[in-house]
Amino acid sequence: MLASLVGFLGDFDLAEEAAQEAFAVAAERWPREGVPANPGAWLMVTARNRAIDRIRRERTLAEKTRLLEFEEATVDEIDETVIEDERLELIFTCCHPALALEAQVALTLRALGGLSTEEIARAFLVSEETMKRRLSRAKTKIKATGIPFAVPAEHLLPDRLDAVLAVVYLIYNEGYSGRVDLAVEAIRLGRLMATLMPDESEVQGLLALMLVQHARRKARFAQDDLVLLEDQDRSLWDGSDLATGRAALERALALHGRGPYVLQAAIASLQSEEEIDWAEVAALYEQLAALTGSPVVELNRAVAIAQSGATDRALEIVERLELDDYQYLHSTRAELLRRQGRYEEARAAYERALELASSERERRFLERRIAEL
Amino acid sequence: MKYALLIYAQPGSHEALPKDEYEEALGQYMALRTDPRCVQGGQLQPVSTATTVRVQDGRTLTTDGPFADTKEVFGGYYVFEADNLDEAIELASRVPSARLGGSVEIRPLVEQ
Repeated sequence: MLASLVGFLGDFDLAEEAAQEAFAVAAERWPREGVPANPGAWLMVTARNRAIDRIRRERTLAEKTRLLEFEEATVDEIDETVIEDERLELIFTCCHPALALEAQVALTLRALGGLSTEEIARAFLVSEETMKRRLSRAKTKIKATGIPFAVPAEHLLPDRLDAVLAVVYLIYNEGYSGRVDLAVEAIRLGRLMATLMPDESEVQGLLALMLVQHARRKARFAQDDLVLLEDQDRSLWDGSDLATGRAALERALALHGRGPYVLQAAIASLQSEEEIDWAEVAALYEQLAALTGSPVVELNRAVAIAQSGATDRALEIVERLELDDYQYLHSTRAELLRRQGRYEEARAAYERALELASSERERRFLERRIAEL
Repeated sequence: MKYALLIYAQPGSHEALPKDEYEEALGQYMALRTDPRCVQGGQLQPVSTATTVRVQDGRTLTTDGPFADTKEVFGGYYVFEADNLDEAIELASRVPSARLGGSVEIRPLVEQ
């Protein structure tokens, strides 16, 4: 409801106030007069009309006068598709590249995820005051610079859609490192996007990727320790998430999607098979590396090649990569050296990874590996 | 809404272009200036002509040029009337300097 109001009014603060007023009117009236047949639409109409009243009273900003042209809406006119269009417009506004990335994330969670400012602050480990300021700065910039509430024009859409998907995936990854509520929120946003833009393969691809990874959340840790994919107890995987994720992947592939999210979803899906086809995984990583030019993707390709049995070839790729500050380069190199029986070099590489490890869980994992050498 | 497009250029970037590309770039600057949405615009003389003025304790201090040894220098501006930031971004992306190692800063004007 908030999303739709912001889209309609083009103003976050006004929308929040109007929504609060509508709930207050409902709390006062419904117990007395009974709940209306369509409570959602009733709230929406009341909020819109309250906002229009307020604008009429204030009439200060010339830019808002366009709203005066609207007749008061009736319940019948609040059509589901209008509400959905407005939510989509709002996503593009919140994820506008003219806003700082952290502001895009916070605004998206506030306006579309329906999280409170306090919840968002807690999720990103900042004070509520800081988050309030961050949100308020972003809202001020939207207003002052005229960031539109609109789905971007066709020629801008690919870039702008990338920005939206990056924000959703960033939210998901914040959750991936342990705060599950954010992962659930990101999946909800992903589903919303998939409903609103059903023909965009990358939207389906991102949803598939998040669901397939999310399906493994319970198997990823054992008593707070990290468990590698190959050692995970598959009975702990969420079959329903996995199936929904694969269905989204099927749709993406049917749309001829070969973008980065589709490829990553395809890889994640292959890795969830009973027998993993590592050669196929390596081939997909090769396509992904060609698209992104990322050395981290190359590292993953090397891992897939190693899993398919070609340790020497994998090590060759790893030695070529310029990722000296990347923990996983060293832990991968260590594992490959270990497989070749070069234990001293493996130990040195594990120790380098340990120096770079940022979480306690990962440090414990690496220490176990060193002890096992 | 009025937007100022502040054009920063890498010194020498335009002059280094082959003649036909240089003329094409000039044509693009002119096309933006004559766009019906363009309210004003101006090109600045090179930074070597700059004079900086400061007033301290009532004394006017005048010095040659800005001292800052910056990679990009302010070279000119447009003011456009546009519906929203996306329209202004689209106009800014057509400024040749933006693809010649420089950049364009968009700033909405304070409404009078």
